[in-house]
Amino acid sequence: MALIDQTATEITQKIKQGELSAVDVLDSALERIRAVDGRPGALDDGIKSLEDEKKVHAFISLTEVRARKQAEEIDRRLQSGIDPGPLAGVPVTIKDIFCVKDTLSTAGSRILANFTAPYTATSAARLEEAGAVLLGKVNLDEFTFGSSSESSAFQPSPRNPWNTAYVPGGSSGGSTASVAANEVPLSLGTDTGGSIRQPAAFCGVVGLKPTYGRVSRYGLIAFGSSLDCPGPIARNVEDAALMLHVIAGPDPKDSTAFERVVPDYQEALKKDISGMRIGLSPDYFNITFPDPKTGELARQEIQEDVKKAVYYAAEVLAGLGAEIVEDVPMPNTAHGIPTYFVISRVEAASNLHRFDGVKYGYRTQKEGRDLNEMYRLSRAEGFGLQPKLRILMGMYVSAAQYSEQYYQRALRVRSLIRGDFEAIFDTHGSYRLDALLTPTTPTTAFKMDAVYGDSLLMQYTDQLTVSANHAGIPGISIPAGLDASGLPIGIQFLAADFREDIILQASYAFEQATKDEAWRKVRPQVLQ
Amino acid sequence: MSEELITPEMFEHLVDLAAIALDPSQSDYLRGELNKQLNAINELIAIPIDESIPLAAHGVPYAQADAAPLREDCWEACENPEEILVQVPVSEDGYIVVPDIPHSDLE
Repeated sequence: MALIDQTATEITQKIKQGELSAVDVLDSALERIRAVDGRPGALDDGIKSLEDEKKVHAFISLTEVRARKQAEEIDRRLQSGIDPGPLAGVPVTIKDIFCVKDTLSTAGSRILANFTAPYTATSAARLEEAGAVLLGKVNLDEFTFGSSSESSAFQPSPRNPWNTAYVPGGSSGGSTASVAANEVPLSLGTDTGGSIRQPAAFCGVVGLKPTYGRVSRYGLIAFGSSLDCPGPIARNVEDAALMLHVIAGPDPKDSTAFERVVPDYQEALKKDISGMRIGLSPDYFNITFPDPKTGELARQEIQEDVKKAVYYAAEVLAGLGAEIVEDVPMPNTAHGIPTYFVISRVEAASNLHRFDGVKYGYRTQKEGRDLNEMYRLSRAEGFGLQPKLRILMGMYVSAAQYSEQYYQRALRVRSLIRGDFEAIFDTHGSYRLDALLTPTTPTTAFKMDAVYGDSLLMQYTDQLTVSANHAGIPGISIPAGLDASGLPIGIQFLAADFREDIILQASYAFEQATKDEAWRKVRPQVLQ
Repeated sequence: MSEELITPEMFEHLVDLAAIALDPSQSDYLRGELNKQLNAINELIAIPIDESIPLAAHGVPYAQADAAPLREDCWEACENPEEILVQVPVSEDGYIVVPDIPHSDLE
């Protein structure tokens, strides 16, 4: 077992006790990255070699010099008797949608390929202040627009460490791949429609979307300002709780970050789940599936072994004393994706208007007639197809003659989706749930290139996660087994606003109860 | 498949609004995807919506007690203007240089 195979909690404890140095852990991480990651994503034509197809490609920028200085400083502080913080010496990766000072902060896009951030995002800064060692920026779907990480302008895009012929999911695919491949114990991702939870499920790791406003968005390159949530990705629930505690909390630089005290999430893990009311909803086991040829929408059941994994989890939790409540109605779940198509695209179009080639980022080298032409050429050459698609849809559904029919209607449907959760979590209501247990994704990971290019089918992979983004509530995906082909299955817990403690508690209980099961001993393909 | 709501003419208008110059191969793909997505979006029209259902700008209610205190309304100098200006694609003497705005000369 290499040093980097340990959990974040183990690493920081051993570093503080003097059993390990931060530099030793960093070197172990770098050795693992050299062994499994292959070449980092770059702005090239994406021609892949056979060797590329066996590697993870989580990284865009490996910031080794910067990381080594941080690790050496951690070791110096410890030698001086100073506590570097709760994440002392833990290597972490950062999804390249966050600005980190003096690093390339690209959003996976050509339009920011040359942008060096002059400041650090609050969530990343808090990790550094807690003693974490920022190892580098990892790859993602361009501007987080996608669910497979394939749309990045930086190729090769990340691959699933469990089977590199498959996607890691997205958009935080680089984050989840780097954790699943044991390159780092922790990564900072973002979740706007499921972009932490879905790749966490595909890669067999823990991914948590906090309540909207629990973690500051300052320094996060914006996609959907009412939906974006930074959050932790970890190998186990205890580490996710540790990281969430570090990054959560008010921030004067983000007026949407709630002024609420951050509870001790690690204390929550110790609580018994006896009496916890956990719901199951039939509306999460039947999905909408667009026909790949015609685009027509039809209903069908989720993948059978994913369904079995959820019901098995319910049995395990019942065995620990939880009360399982079946047939919980969530009738507006099916409207999540159409609503998301509207709201997220309107916000994306607005947020991407700032990329114009004027003050920073890519500017066309072609001689244009005037400023307008410079804008058009810079944006045409700088953006990939997915950002262009989202901007165009955002323009359409927010146009004056259509906004009532689409945008305003979507905002009302959002209220309906929120209403479903308020009803089930209402402490005086019919269900009085503490948490809802669902599958995270309708299927396990799909093959590289199988879905990319079909934007409708790709978006529907998020149909079981997106409702939590509309409602703002917290959600977590945890590993719950492997499918028949050895790919990870994820299950999801959802809870009421600011009840991350409950979803962590339920997740930890399941994780501990199943810790000796055979599937937990299976390692990803790249680590075999 | 429903009718194509985004016609070529509407598409060109959207491209103009989005300030993006597209080549024909990209246009065909994008217009096709937009129409497919609209097929899904139009499901929203069938949902019975009462006018009393509020528009939700975001999911979590934002009470005054949860709001960060407003900062002082006073000017602060930028700490690192050089780090900002070094990002500018074309600059001169601290100014950002861009092509001229579209204009025509008065006769």
